[in-house]
Amino acid sequence: MSAALELAGVRKSFGRSEIIRGVDLAIAAGERHAIIGPNGAGKSTLFNLISGRFGVSAGDIRLHGRPITNRRPYEISRRGLARSFQVTNIFHRLSVFENLRCAVLWSLGHRYAFWKNLNRLSDAQARAEAVLQQVGLRRRRDALAGSLTYAEQRALEIGITIAGGASVVLLDEPTAGMSRAESRHAVDLIREVTQGRTLVMVEHDMGVVFGLADRISVMVYGQIIASGTPAEIRANAAVRAAYLGQEAEGA
Amino acid sequence: MHAPRELRFRPLNLGRWLVWGLTALLFVLLPLAFRQGFALTLMSQMGIMIIFALSYNMLLGQSGMLSFGHAVYSGLGAFFAIHAMRAIAGGTLAWPVSLLPLIAGAGAALCGVVLGFLTTRRAGTPFAMITLGIGEMVFAAALMFPELFGGEGGITGDRTSGPPFGGISSLTFGPQIQVYALIAAWCFACMIAMYALTQTPLGRIANAVRDNPERAEFIGYNAQRVRWLMLILSSFFAGIAGGLSAINFEIVVTAENVSAARSGGVLLAAFIGGAAFFFGPILGAVVFTFFAVALSEYTKAWQLYLGVSFVLLVMFAPGGLSSLLLMNLRALKFRKFGRLRDPYVGVLAAAAGMALGGAMLIELTYHVTLDAGQGSVLSLFGFPMDTNAAGPWAFAATVLLSSLAAFAFYQRGFRRTWEAIQQEIENSVRDNPA
Repeated sequence: MSAALELAGVRKSFGRSEIIRGVDLAIAAGERHAIIGPNGAGKSTLFNLISGRFGVSAGDIRLHGRPITNRRPYEISRRGLARSFQVTNIFHRLSVFENLRCAVLWSLGHRYAFWKNLNRLSDAQARAEAVLQQVGLRRRRDALAGSLTYAEQRALEIGITIAGGASVVLLDEPTAGMSRAESRHAVDLIREVTQGRTLVMVEHDMGVVFGLADRISVMVYGQIIASGTPAEIRANAAVRAAYLGQEAEGA
Repeated sequence: MHAPRELRFRPLNLGRWLVWGLTALLFVLLPLAFRQGFALTLMSQMGIMIIFALSYNMLLGQSGMLSFGHAVYSGLGAFFAIHAMRAIAGGTLAWPVSLLPLIAGAGAALCGVVLGFLTTRRAGTPFAMITLGIGEMVFAAALMFPELFGGEGGITGDRTSGPPFGGISSLTFGPQIQVYALIAAWCFACMIAMYALTQTPLGRIANAVRDNPERAEFIGYNAQRVRWLMLILSSFFAGIAGGLSAINFEIVVTAENVSAARSGGVLLAAFIGGAAFFFGPILGAVVFTFFAVALSEYTKAWQLYLGVSFVLLVMFAPGGLSSLLLMNLRALKFRKFGRLRDPYVGVLAAAAGMALGGAMLIELTYHVTLDAGQGSVLSLFGFPMDTNAAGPWAFAATVLLSSLAAFAFYQRGFRRTWEAIQQEIENSVRDNPA
């Protein structure tokens, strides 16, 4: 089976310092894959390389077998890869509903149309309403996105990410800064909205990681030192030494 | 420019018909109410400025592009129109004068395709700086080709040279009222078209790019392409405004039509009206044209008054007239306006006193410094005043200072009440979402 997302020998340097030092990774279609590692290990940078925010210094990235290396973010998005951000990244002055409607327009083929009435595009309307329901923001439909609470903005962030129907979804620390209850809620939400898709996620909360992921990769100093099932990762001595320590015991 | 959510301009279907119907009615009734030639001139220029300011707001308010060179598109559009007008007169072009703005719009859009490709590659401050540069560049280039742009004297045309409108021999666009009618029709059509554009996928994505261009790229949109398309469409409408001004004045001069001053003017108009709402620039265009055309008839200091008003507006109502208006309407809707009535009386009376005292001082000073040759007496508000006497100066200063003191006193109470009311409304909206 060909991988949904495949990285081969990916490297990234900023100036003279190499942040990503040769990453090889294959993520199967439908898999929920978590990337963990200490702060500064390069996890978010790796996401930025995959999603086209930065160009790679070397290596190859493929989405469903097709190269996406050094493509622009919108080209990669159009090919079916969507991502969320660690720092909430939404359209603050648009309503919640408009945020979601914007996120579905391209995938429904409405592109740059300036001759179509937005309110008559029933497909966009219906898809945006469905996502609104899914992420639990119906009650806040017409509120300005900038006026939402933090947890609501995180939910909207996930909504924008999945609304376009991407087959591969990258979530960057989706539960960062959330309370225990909010985080549990977010996990349920993520599980539901990524059903049938490939999920790659960077996460610090080990409860979330071990609860959600089918496979886990551990990243330290720009390299992946281990990949495997949660049980394998928990049992891996190198991982315990390098990173998990007491946290794995507690998880 | 941030506006509370329930301030959004969202007419219902019925309401929308009503709003547009009343607007059309206003265009028809205005010339019946104001029949003098001067009023017609003023209203014609207002119509042109409305189109221009709305087209500008497609960039500023809707796409987040602060342009310092929008006059390039209206100005070049005007040149396209005047050349076409001359070609009609010369018999080399068979085209109705009433549709000249289309040629101007298409020509300006073409310039938008070329120049916009350069300017929209960057957003934010770099965009603003590039538009400033392009504006100066086009202005200088226009003066380099006097055959094409008429040099300092400009190019003249004759709007009556084409076949009469609809075959009716008296409809030649000679009389100003006919020009007004043409401008009103174009203005109305452009207003509808530009409003409709805000309700399309491109229009909405332009808002998204304005708010967060990076995020827009991650939902499939090339932010630069969005800005470019919006700029092309915006320059089309700016060109129409330019074409109408060519018809209205029958002369196009580089120094006036393509200048930085004209670019600055449309920016002021959009800001005065408020860029956050579709109808804001319409208000702004009306007020700006009033200052530029009507007030300039009465005083040399009109630009000073415009500048002072602009500064005060940005300080006290950064959302412009439209947001000020909507916030008051909202207070009215929530039945809280009554509490504002008394504070308003105090503040407005003090402001009127300040305006009176300030205007007197400015006019007296202008007379002394610029019009001294015409004697020391000037007529102000219908009263003769001698600039050599101490009386007028003392009176003006007293009015200004005392109303300043009154304003300082009243504004505190007004501000308290205003803020309390806005907070109460925000709370009640949050607790009872629609």
